[in-house]
Amino acid sequence: MAQYQNLFTRVQATGPGHMGIELPAGNSPRTGQPYLWHLLGWFGNAQIGPIYLGGLGLASLILGTLSINIMGFNMLAQVNWDVVEFIRQLPWLALEPPPPGYGLHLPPMNQGGWWLLSGGLLTTSMLLWWARTYRRARQLGLGTHVAWAFASAIWLFLVLGFFRPLLMGSWGEAVPFGIFPHLDWTAAFSLRYGNLFYNPFHALSIAFLYGSALLFAMHGATILAVSRYGGDRELDQIVDRGTASERAALFWRWTMGFNATMESIHRWAWWFAVLTPLVGGIGILLTGTVVDNWYLWAVKHNFAPPYPAVVPPVVDPATLLQGAKP
Amino acid sequence: MNARLPTLAAALAAGALMAACERPPMHSTQSGYRGTGMVQIENPRILARQKAALPAVPDLPPPIPSAEGPKAKDVFQNVKVLGDLSVAEFTRHMLAITQWVAPEQGCNYCHNPENLADDSKYTKVVARRMIEMTRHVNGDWGQHVAQTGVTCYTCHRGLPVPANVWFTAATPKNNRVGSGMGNDAGQNRGVPSIASASLPYDPFTPFLLGDEPIRVEGPTPLPTGNRMSIKQAEFTYSLMNHISKSLGVNCTFCHNTHSFQSWDGPPQRVTAWYGIRMARDLNNAYMVPLTKTFPAHRLGATGDVAKVACITCHQGVNKPLAGLAMAKDFAGLIPVVATAAPALPGPVAEPTRAVMYFGVGSPVLEGEQAKGLAQLIATMSAQKRTVATISGYHSAAGSLAQNQELAKQRAFTVRDALLAAGIEERRVKLEKPQQAEANVAGEDPVARRVEVTVK
Repeated sequence: MAQYQNLFTRVQATGPGHMGIELPAGNSPRTGQPYLWHLLGWFGNAQIGPIYLGGLGLASLILGTLSINIMGFNMLAQVNWDVVEFIRQLPWLALEPPPPGYGLHLPPMNQGGWWLLSGGLLTTSMLLWWARTYRRARQLGLGTHVAWAFASAIWLFLVLGFFRPLLMGSWGEAVPFGIFPHLDWTAAFSLRYGNLFYNPFHALSIAFLYGSALLFAMHGATILAVSRYGGDRELDQIVDRGTASERAALFWRWTMGFNATMESIHRWAWWFAVLTPLVGGIGILLTGTVVDNWYLWAVKHNFAPPYPAVVPPVVDPATLLQGAKP
Repeated sequence: MNARLPTLAAALAAGALMAACERPPMHSTQSGYRGTGMVQIENPRILARQKAALPAVPDLPPPIPSAEGPKAKDVFQNVKVLGDLSVAEFTRHMLAITQWVAPEQGCNYCHNPENLADDSKYTKVVARRMIEMTRHVNGDWGQHVAQTGVTCYTCHRGLPVPANVWFTAATPKNNRVGSGMGNDAGQNRGVPSIASASLPYDPFTPFLLGDEPIRVEGPTPLPTGNRMSIKQAEFTYSLMNHISKSLGVNCTFCHNTHSFQSWDGPPQRVTAWYGIRMARDLNNAYMVPLTKTFPAHRLGATGDVAKVACITCHQGVNKPLAGLAMAKDFAGLIPVVATAAPALPGPVAEPTRAVMYFGVGSPVLEGEQAKGLAQLIATMSAQKRTVATISGYHSAAGSLAQNQELAKQRAFTVRDALLAAGIEERRVKLEKPQQAEANVAGEDPVARRVEVTVK
């Protein structure tokens, strides 16, 4: 028979649904009767709902749904309204930004106008959702760390689809809305600007991304390892250091000579996660606007090493033809 | 709760995820500096399977050594190509072409059995032009097909219409402004010809029929006027995907991992560069003019003729038919270098610059060209303080090593003549041009030259 040993257990404690604390005046009532879902309890809290919708949430959901529908119906029209083909080709399909020839002018709806409308709605939806995360945190008396982390992701999204196209003077520079298309766009972007791997901000972003994963693994493993001493009650441990915290700290001090603290590890994690899209966005914003070829830029600034030739060098055949264009 | 169920589900999911993987070991060949990811990886089992799946090359009688006897053009009527072959060789060529192109349909696929000389079947007109095209490829595109050359079989593989041809993509009706929505912008369909990428599905029309700019990367670190858009980059990337798929290789077969525009990488990129131009040349010079010859059912959705791309010959292998050299046994498919070479342009004899032209494969100045040399000697003798700088060039036909030697010998010819005429040695300098090859493909009288600057 299963035993209740600590809070990290597969045993699900059941009881009446928890509605949450009272909120200040002016907040809308929470929506939905809470219920328990055993399967969900395997991954998190088994209780579903109630949800706080509110004006911001409602507006965000409406605009977001509208935006996704514009993308979806454009894709459906591309396959001549054939639902089976829509499902089969969905990963490949996209709503493409206007052709570069339109610059920043408003194109006809079927020449990228739908893309602009859909992108505008999606952006507004995300900004409303951001305001919601900010306001909900404030109303619960929390710090606004989640909102600012989300803002970092929105920054990268806006650089790709709004700020950089604006600086380049063409909506056609933006990313298509589609599953594979946005990935192929990314590869084409790197090819156009001389290999994004030589963009130092891209390099930093990767370091923070991998760092985030590493920190997540280290922290998760540490807390699981000391949960038998109450380490999962992290907030208690932050305020009133107990044996779990001491052992976790000792483990890292012994294995690598240095340890984070119960408080600092969360700042590490937050900053690594936030810096990933933040510096990535800077790298994208500089591409094409300030730097045209990252590999040549890296060579010029001794950031890329010169590699010794292994095969005899060849000459660009286009240079053989005097006056001929490549 | 049964714990075996999630375990089983996880095992199934892992199996499904791994299903698309290829099992080791692989063959890997390093092709660049260590640590730069310059490596070609091949799966020997897939290669073996590909080889086994190749249709057997038709067994054909060996070449008939003696060219004695009457020529085909003197015996048969209406012979416009291959006429210089002996009757026996001509017949052998016809048999081979039937085996390569129409093994099931036989001679009558092209010929009217009542009168073999009759041109009433369109297939015969096309076939004749295709023989000329094959000769053009073998004669003038050595930069791409090397000594291996091509035959009808390289593309046809026993089919009257090669399996891998392309047509210009029709613009979907939903792309029109008036249709409201559903513009696919000419991309994102995952078509096999571009390795199922979400990229423009017809990169052929702009690059292998038209001559649109294909180079999107800028030549300078900072922006200096390169206005190529990402959409243009996607077109280039799409064609590159086609090449990669057609040849069964990855990007680093031709490119450096660090800089795709850099030419200090694998030499295969030069071959590919000529390949793109060759496909464009064949489409414009041979296929498009045949559009009206073909019946409507052989044309594409936009009424255009079938055209060639990389996959037409390569069919998944970096050397078509694994490099099998079939053309060498078919003299009719390899043009003999014309004895009556196109006339050379007159020599240039200016006070500060002289250019002299040479015959095919020759390091000797003849006729009119020798007069240009005499003029140069006169100039040098009159102006005692001038120095002549001599550079030799060659045409693109033939092997590079031989040609570079030839360009050197041509420069030596001029130098020796100047020295023999009493010009002091210190006044005669040889300068190796950065690139001695002076044209893209085949013979060009203007390419075979020595340039002299007099200062």
